[in-house]
Amino acid sequence: MSVTLASRTTPRWTAGLGSLLLQRLFQAGLVAWMVGTLTFVLTRSLPGDMAYRIAAGRYGHDMVNTSAAEAVRAELALDQPALGAYFGWLWDLLQLDLGRSLVSGEPVMTELWHQLGHSLGLAFLAVLLSLLLGPPLGLLAGLKPNGALDRVSEVAASVLRALPPFAVGLVLILIFSVTLGWLPAAGHGRFAHGILPALTLALALAAISSRVARNAMSDVSQSAYYAFSRTKGLGERLSFLRHGLRNAAVPVIAYLGVQFVYLIEGVVVVETLFAWPGIGHALVHAIVARDVPMIQGTALVMGLMFVALNTVVDLLCHWLDPRRRSA
Amino acid sequence: MNVSTLAPSRRLALPTLNGRQRLGAALLALLLAFAWLVPWLFDADPARQQLTRILQLPTLAEPLGTDHLGRSLLARLASAVRLSLGMALLSVASAAIPGVILGVMAGWRGGWLDRVLGSLADACLALPGLLLVLLLVAIAPGNFWALYVGISLVLWIEYFRVVRARTRILVASPQLEASRLLGFGPLYLFRRHLWPELAPQVLTLAAFGAASAILAMAALGFVSVGLRPPTAELGLLMIELLPYYHEAPWAMAQPIVVLFVLVLSLNLLAGRDPR
Repeated sequence: MSVTLASRTTPRWTAGLGSLLLQRLFQAGLVAWMVGTLTFVLTRSLPGDMAYRIAAGRYGHDMVNTSAAEAVRAELALDQPALGAYFGWLWDLLQLDLGRSLVSGEPVMTELWHQLGHSLGLAFLAVLLSLLLGPPLGLLAGLKPNGALDRVSEVAASVLRALPPFAVGLVLILIFSVTLGWLPAAGHGRFAHGILPALTLALALAAISSRVARNAMSDVSQSAYYAFSRTKGLGERLSFLRHGLRNAAVPVIAYLGVQFVYLIEGVVVVETLFAWPGIGHALVHAIVARDVPMIQGTALVMGLMFVALNTVVDLLCHWLDPRRRSA
Repeated sequence: MNVSTLAPSRRLALPTLNGRQRLGAALLALLLAFAWLVPWLFDADPARQQLTRILQLPTLAEPLGTDHLGRSLLARLASAVRLSLGMALLSVASAAIPGVILGVMAGWRGGWLDRVLGSLADACLALPGLLLVLLLVAIAPGNFWALYVGISLVLWIEYFRVVRARTRILVASPQLEASRLLGFGPLYLFRRHLWPELAPQVLTLAAFGAASAILAMAALGFVSVGLRPPTAELGLLMIELLPYYHEAPWAMAQPIVVLFVLVLSLNLLAGRDPR
């Protein structure tokens, strides 16, 4: 009896949370399996003798000899039959043993640990900037659909969506670094270095989130409950704060999950453009150098980051919108 | 139930274009004309170098100027647009056809087939698309086919998911049930009842899919893991011209503008918000 009473009085925002987390945990397992299998297939299907190819990546094409190739062969267990090697590979992956980078010789985990910090910093700044730019603009536009602000922001959003992140970054570099000389074009170390890469990512994210916020707000402002909040005597500001904001926030936050695909893809390209020492930059370098353990490690971390970010969005929506909990 | 759902008209298969879509179609037509008329009207070889005439301003003979190796930018841009559009068309077709077929099968049959295909799609969705493409491209850098297979593998999921969800509803509809009771076969049912309802959505997805295929190829070219020089590819053109932005900003701007117009035209053609 007391249980039912307690659940009636306290908000049960943990209801349905278990299945939600279980689903994301399953997804994380899928990511690890897929990255492991794809990189395994990748190493086995490199043209030519694998050991020589990787030794060439490590020591330079002119410095390869048989002993170097044999060392690589022993290290990566290339002489074992494929199926046994595959399960050995997956087993190492499950223990988070990612091996050593073929280029630097450092453990992959150590390298990733440094890079992940830089990438997360950049991603965080980008999401923060996009939330400061996009939704407020969208909410203002949604209050007066088809007004001047709505039209201008729609055109701006279409333009930004048609430009890939690297082109946006190039244009920003040309304006702020080359022409105005305000911000450094590339590099890392000071806060100023992070502004342009974060802004590049944020502009594209804001282009979408502003439209989502605008549509949500125009739905809310035409709804019966919003009209009722005005009828019962609340001012424009109060009805917006009490009835508009939270309802419009749910689709914006839910859509953030879809945008993370864009964010993770953007990180690869934008980090390369701005020479930002994160995992996107590392992934591209590893692919160019055919550093297989590094490719596997970075792809795994990026995939898991994607799942983790989506879980955060799930939790936020779960907390914001009580109607989803019973569903 | 309204009349239009009872009698699916032929008009649904080819939706009438609204203003934005018309603008998109016009821009796309312009680009198509540019890409295929240039090699026909000009003596343009995208790979011919003339090292005595590097980074020249546009002239009558070279309407768009030359790049850092004295190659004709007009020829290179036209070739890059042909490559991008060709790749987009190929990957959209090879993603849409299996996507629609599998989606209809999963939505219609349900049961274990639905669950198997559904979990396959979920597995592909677990990784961000570009990451999947990058992993496949790592097998064969600079290879067009690895790029194409990777992009198609990412694109098919969306057709599958949308078509599966729509088919599930349509299969339960009374008009399909009536046709089935009259003894029509599955192919007729698909043509008469499913395709007219699915076509507008599939076309929207195709336009967005073409845009993302073009962007993915350009992004990979830009970070030098996609196609290799001397191929004229929009992302490669940008990264090649980047060191010369100071001497030749007009040259740098050209591939950006072309990529922008290309993606914009496809986004406009798709019509709706990307939701």
